Amino acid sequence: MGDGVTTAAPALTQIPRAPGIAFILKKALISALVALVLFSLMIGIRTEAGPTGQLIYWTRFGDLAAMVAAVFGGSIIVELLRQWWGPVGTIRIIPPRLQSTLAVARRGIAPVLLIFTFLVPVIFYDQRYILDLGILVLTYVMLGWGLNVVVGLAGLLDLGYVAFYAVGAYSYALLATNFGLSFWVCLPLAGILAAFWGMMLGFPVLRLRGDYLAIVTLAFGEIIRLVIINWQSLTGGPNGVSGIPRPTFFGIPLVPGPDGLAAKLGIEFSPTHRIVFLFYLILGLALLTNWVTIRLRRLPIGRAWEALREDEVACRALGINITTTKLTAFATGAMFGGFAGAFFATRQGFISPESFTFQESALVLAIVVLGGMGSQLGVALAALTMIGGFELFRGLEQYRMLVFGVAMVLLMIWRPRGLIGHRAPTVFLRHSQAISSDLVKEGHG
Amino acid sequence: MSGDSILTVDRLSMRFGGIVAVNDLSFGAERRKITALIGPNGAGKTTVFNCITGFYKPTSGMMRLIHDDGRAFQLERLNDFRISKLAKVARTFQNIRLFPGMTALENLMVAQHNALMLASGLTFLGLIGAPSWRAAEKRAIDLAQLWLDRIGLLDRADDAAGNLPYGDQRRLEIARAMCTEPALLCLDEPAAGLNTRESAALSELLLSIRADQGTSILLIEHDMSVVMEISDHVVVMDYGVKIAEGTPQDVRDDPRVIAAYLGADEEEAIAVMESGA
Amino acid sequence: MDYFAQQLINGIVLGSIYGLIAIGYTMVYGIVGMINFAHGDIFMIGGFIALISFLILVSIGLTVVPVILLIVLLVSMAITALYGWTVERIAYRPLRHSFRLAPMLSAIGMSFVLSNYSQVAQGARVKPVPPIITGGYTLLEQNGFVVRLSNVQIIVVVTTIVLLAIFTWLVARTRLGRDMRACEQDQTMAALLGVDVDRTISMTFVIGAALAAVAGMMYLLYYGLVDFYMGFVAGIKAFTAAVLGGIGSLPGAMLGGLAIGLIETLWSAYFSVEYKDVAAFSILIIVLIFLPTGLLGRPEVEKV
Repeated sequence: MGDGVTTAAPALTQIPRAPGIAFILKKALISALVALVLFSLMIGIRTEAGPTGQLIYWTRFGDLAAMVAAVFGGSIIVELLRQWWGPVGTIRIIPPRLQSTLAVARRGIAPVLLIFTFLVPVIFYDQRYILDLGILVLTYVMLGWGLNVVVGLAGLLDLGYVAFYAVGAYSYALLATNFGLSFWVCLPLAGILAAFWGMMLGFPVLRLRGDYLAIVTLAFGEIIRLVIINWQSLTGGPNGVSGIPRPTFFGIPLVPGPDGLAAKLGIEFSPTHRIVFLFYLILGLALLTNWVTIRLRRLPIGRAWEALREDEVACRALGINITTTKLTAFATGAMFGGFAGAFFATRQGFISPESFTFQESALVLAIVVLGGMGSQLGVALAALTMIGGFELFRGLEQYRMLVFGVAMVLLMIWRPRGLIGHRAPTVFLRHSQAISSDLVKEGHG
Repeated sequence: MSGDSILTVDRLSMRFGGIVAVNDLSFGAERRKITALIGPNGAGKTTVFNCITGFYKPTSGMMRLIHDDGRAFQLERLNDFRISKLAKVARTFQNIRLFPGMTALENLMVAQHNALMLASGLTFLGLIGAPSWRAAEKRAIDLAQLWLDRIGLLDRADDAAGNLPYGDQRRLEIARAMCTEPALLCLDEPAAGLNTRESAALSELLLSIRADQGTSILLIEHDMSVVMEISDHVVVMDYGVKIAEGTPQDVRDDPRVIAAYLGADEEEAIAVMESGA
Repeated sequence: MDYFAQQLINGIVLGSIYGLIAIGYTMVYGIVGMINFAHGDIFMIGGFIALISFLILVSIGLTVVPVILLIVLLVSMAITALYGWTVERIAYRPLRHSFRLAPMLSAIGMSFVLSNYSQVAQGARVKPVPPIITGGYTLLEQNGFVVRLSNVQIIVVVTTIVLLAIFTWLVARTRLGRDMRACEQDQTMAALLGVDVDRTISMTFVIGAALAAVAGMMYLLYYGLVDFYMGFVAGIKAFTAAVLGGIGSLPGAMLGGLAIGLIETLWSAYFSVEYKDVAAFSILIIVLIFLPTGLLGRPEVEKV
């Protein structure tokens, strides 16, 4: 294993050299050997509970051989590519000139993307699948933007963000089914309740840093989920809440018949109307989140969040109240999560604890980090990439999470600082220049 | 000690476990004057600073700060951010603590947090873009601009603080502390790592702060040329206790001070003696 | 009282398993400063490998239980250790000097990879095994209530104690242990003084994974089943244990494990089974409010 180890040393200590065929083969052989041991029992043998309840097993040596061969071949290809591109880390696939062109192009991305998003229901009116996917992507864009306030701006690591999504969803579902309140009344209530829970989480974690913060937020997310599962009389437990009212167009239902919106507008009813309405609803909510966040960044509270991420001690020395600053960050992020949750409930018409697992938190966090912490555009692009990419593998069913995990690892290795690796200043005298992410701190969490 | 002290430290002690970092220390900082706190490494100077600025809770002792308008604050009773917010004590750090990923201008804007927070109606007025907020923001930018100009960094206002040269970062940190509009400015080794030209500029800046803003300054410093040039009063510490105080001249000739420096660090002792020549 | 004694025994056994996993978290955290989110899944892999090797050994006609147990233990430790090594090599080492959140997300990704890999490779259904070790001792019998200490429980606790002793010796007395402690303090300085940092970190993952494999095997023996999803919950609880004990502290990890095991068992016994995890997590939050660095963690001195 000795030679295998040195090749992945950090780029700084990498001595440029051209490994020969022998080296590549040796490396591939070692990889194959490791793979053989790793896969020997897990792939070579398949266990299953037999018809009488006791465990039986059968061998799959063909699969094992194929996997080991794949690792051998893959290792050779990776090594050749690495030689072709130079060592990892100093890799520069895109030439500088193209990069500056891209930087100019990047300024155009946001408006183009926005206009395109507005036109999606027009262009794809007949394609229900695309519209549904669009709604899904926008939901995650909104969640990403919400979590971005906590993680990207304030630098507080939150691994339980899905809890607020759940609080929002259940708030709407329960208020609507039990008290018959409308979506538009429940939406702000869901946001307020989620913000309240954000503060509840905020208090105990005020003094915590880094990984302690991470584990407590994770535990908090799990607590909320477990309570939802077990408090059956209120939440319906694992069966969830069904029959959640669909949203209305400010009181006018989107249904066929004389009371529906279609009849009032004098057009023919189509179920697509509701999908299009939902699309614009989540787009509006997401844009609201974006607008508020951009606004907040330019206000003292937003600057205090970012300053907190940069240096908490300096903040205290400048008279900034760390407690309220952190709590407002948690509450704001949670509020957006709550809005998104209410939307989710009204869109699905049915919610259950299964939708609010740790995987969702991880997914949203991955979107924020991949986006380039703090960058609004980056988060949107990351949500599009992750959710869109995830959809591509829908057909693979059981391999889907596997692919998702692999993608997460590879994306982090490829771009540890995210897609948009710089920070835009919130105020400037002469010209706003992007700040390299190497300078930007990542906060205590 | 004359009657008009802005800060009176009375029998301050700070213990960490069994170690006594500061032992029964009393001294005063005069209003609109520059007071220097000197002493060999490990004498407990930064610990005194951390007590004054609320980062440590002193084991015993009192620290009283009196504003120009007569309002008095017991610093040992205020915790962390309130010392800066209410008592108006600002500080800099030995190892610069700027917000490296924010621009120089943003750093100075963050320093005006409390004033701006009020002006933005605790964010709500700011969110809707109320004219009163816009005016306040404009004034804040003007103040920041003024300070950037005074420290000679106006043309680097939009650069990330972390990208500035070391000397500029030191001055920016002082400007940032000044943007909180402090009554007392505490500087922890502001000249550390500066070259001769830069420390001369620093002395000038501090003198102008005292003259123009009327801010009282308390500084820890090892660069004796700076201490001798600008201080009105010098307090010498060694092993957590005060061993001498007086005018720069008094202190320079004090045998106890020379002994403390000789005993601790030869270079610094030489610096003390040479700075008199 | 008898009921309590029985629950105490059960809690200690469960706590031992959590403690073994928690050591892996705490060691990695101490040296690399990251939460190895995939560690719970390494434990799960350990359980699977123990299960499969056990099946093979039984089917080739081996009947001597101690021999079977020893072979299963060694095989699962060895193979799982290689999993730990590979995970570090692929997902963490390229990110060693990177931005801090990147390795954490990479670890979360790796956790998904491992659990779904098991699901794909071995199916989603729970794998039951018949009781391998039976019998036990009756410690107390009164009022018709029996306090029993089963042989499995003895094996779990004894194995944990023996491994913990070996491991403590390893860290305190061997060259590897010294290298590990040096890397924990200052990697750059350790490298300058001739410590092979890469190798030391690899070994940390290898040892952590081997201990997790033992935990996986003990889980299999004790509960008689494994499934691809068990790594997540056990992983969170073991990490909770590590944090509770004070992350970075080895005795702390064991103590935290026992605490979580006892809390969970006693809560289930006296209050409600449904809320046992809620209880464990709530206690974690409460402890951290009052002891932000855990039970045995070093207090963090704020440098200004």
